Amino acid sequence: MIAPPETMAAALVLVPAVAGAAAFVIRRHSARRGLLIAGALVHALLTADVCLRGGDPGSSGWLVLDATARLFLGITSALFLTAAVYALGYLRREPPDERHDFQEDVLFSNAPEAVLTGCLLLFLATMSLVVLSRNLGLLWVAIEATTLVSAPMIYFHRHHRSLEATWKYLLICSVGIAVALLGNFCLAVAAAKAGQGSSSLGLDPLVRNASHLNVPWLKAAFIFLLVGYGTKMGLAPLHTWLPDAHSEAPSVVSALLSGALLNCAFVGILRAQQVLAAAGEAAFGQGLLLILGLLSIGLAGVFILGQTDFKRTLAYSSVEHIGILALGVGLGGAGAFGSMLHAVNHSLAKGMLFLLAGNILAEYRTKSTAHVRGVPGALPVTGVLWGAGFLAICGLPPFGLFTSELTILKAALDQGRTGVAVAYLALLALVFVGLTTTFLGMLQGRTTTPGAGRSRRESVLEFAPPMALGALVLAMGVYVPPALSATLHEVARTLGGF
Amino acid sequence: MNLTLVFLVLTNLLLLASGRLSTCIRIVAAQGVALGLLALSTGRPGLSIGAIALSLVSILLKGIVFPTLLSRAIREAQVRREARPFVGYTASVTLGVVLLLGAFGLDSRLALPRSDYPPLSVPAAFFTILVGLFLIVSRKQALSQVLGYLVMENGIFAFGLIHAREEGFLVGLGILLDVFVAVFVMGIAIFHINREFDHIDTERLSALKDWER
Repeated sequence: MIAPPETMAAALVLVPAVAGAAAFVIRRHSARRGLLIAGALVHALLTADVCLRGGDPGSSGWLVLDATARLFLGITSALFLTAAVYALGYLRREPPDERHDFQEDVLFSNAPEAVLTGCLLLFLATMSLVVLSRNLGLLWVAIEATTLVSAPMIYFHRHHRSLEATWKYLLICSVGIAVALLGNFCLAVAAAKAGQGSSSLGLDPLVRNASHLNVPWLKAAFIFLLVGYGTKMGLAPLHTWLPDAHSEAPSVVSALLSGALLNCAFVGILRAQQVLAAAGEAAFGQGLLLILGLLSIGLAGVFILGQTDFKRTLAYSSVEHIGILALGVGLGGAGAFGSMLHAVNHSLAKGMLFLLAGNILAEYRTKSTAHVRGVPGALPVTGVLWGAGFLAICGLPPFGLFTSELTILKAALDQGRTGVAVAYLALLALVFVGLTTTFLGMLQGRTTTPGAGRSRRESVLEFAPPMALGALVLAMGVYVPPALSATLHEVARTLGGF
Repeated sequence: MNLTLVFLVLTNLLLLASGRLSTCIRIVAAQGVALGLLALSTGRPGLSIGAIALSLVSILLKGIVFPTLLSRAIREAQVRREARPFVGYTASVTLGVVLLLGAFGLDSRLALPRSDYPPLSVPAAFFTILVGLFLIVSRKQALSQVLGYLVMENGIFAFGLIHAREEGFLVGLGILLDVFVAVFVMGIAIFHINREFDHIDTERLSALKDWER
């Protein structure tokens, strides 16, 4: 397929958007589920084509296919495809009628399945638009749109806890993203003197004329953008919506929120840092990212230690890894490279863990860590994968996260920032202790399922998607393809520090 | 243009002093109409089609659609007033004056790169944003928080209309569309909150937390 990059980029947004709109009106379950898989598959094929061809970012228009866009598009698309396959099994399992809530004595039912399927596809469309935006104004519009289409998915199980989570998510993220809009306008003020053509928020003119930008306004813009998109990304202390939304959403949605959505907000920050770096002010943004990164890792560590709900534990682990991403970009140079590698690894590993958490939740009917014992006894495949996922998420070899966390550590040491390196290691150790308690407790002991501890044959749709993600994380630890490595370097170069 | 900005500042103070939700909705709607008119006056000399369309869309959304949606929500939820806000009305207004001074202080710190902007534009916009944020954190009803979000967005929009006018019609329209959908989705959420809990008091949305106390 040889199509100009602009057409490819437009197709990447339009295909899932049209499929999503169609999903709302299709009545037959089987047809709608087929559409979900088809949409995900077409998107993945288009993405694979774009990524493998590489090179030409496209010269004009609203969309861009540069290294940053290709990297995050690849992550999003791969994760979405596995999540869509998993969703197929999930939707079959979900009973359509009212049932008892296992945490409290109330009845609840699900939102119509069409809402979930449609929103999933629209979610893919808006996330693609975020990473492909060439204009920072459009990027903002797309990020706000991701919030709005994902909110109904968090409220899929219609009970009061998920409603509370949805309200917090909507309000906190909308307000945060409004702050980012102010940042965009400040950027326009900074660019006003540089005197460009029609749109002053185009990424290319901003980077090209970066040396003429008004520095105080540029810095103000960066702060607003960091706070705004940082809220959505889950950087501490702006992460407060994240544990609630991740724990109350269906697991397949949590996997996408954590593995794909947080990255999209990260792209917003990376674009801002790209402009800052082009203006020769990279150090300003790096300093802020470094502090917020360390704060996120530390705060997540503290909250993981006392956590009693395993989905919340995973959510806080996302805050930790988001902190590592920010820290890597904050260090710049090799650190930024490590951060990009970590973005890939974290998305795969966290996607896997959330999907597995969904299996465990369905079997044990509780989110309380203390009440889940002996997972391998009840769910043999899920149990083994859960153990592997634990090793992966803690950054132990031979998984990919080990490589990326080590790269970031090495960058800190090479730059002579021993203090940062020591703090980073100490905080990682804190997180490790917390995660060990959670995961080992769930893996060991006598099986405590409501089904009297007998093991059950799991369906392929339940364990194949997380298994595929796990295999990818493992592969990333052993071998990073040169093409991927080149893309990561290209992204890191735009962020300054080389 | 200056008149609109003064109007913005005065309506903000009024919002801080007012506890009746229907009054607040009307004040925010009036702000929206004023902003729509502002969109006409900030463009280059001579009216472009883009500016007129942007102005019409924002008047339609902020002046008519949002108030209708929100008024329906308060009728459904049967709340008339903000019950016991975290900060009382007199204190709110006093704090509003402090915020206004702060906004002027911020303006004197940040020098604008170009001097052909109305001098009030930065402090008025930042004051509106701060008032919006304050309303979100100090009021309990879910509906007041949506109003606070709208006020904040009005401030940002005013700032953008004056300072990022090259931004063009499409981005402006995209922003309005997003805000519209945001209010719509929040409206649906309020409807569900009201049905589920029989109130829309966000202080009592407190089931989700990290540690059992």
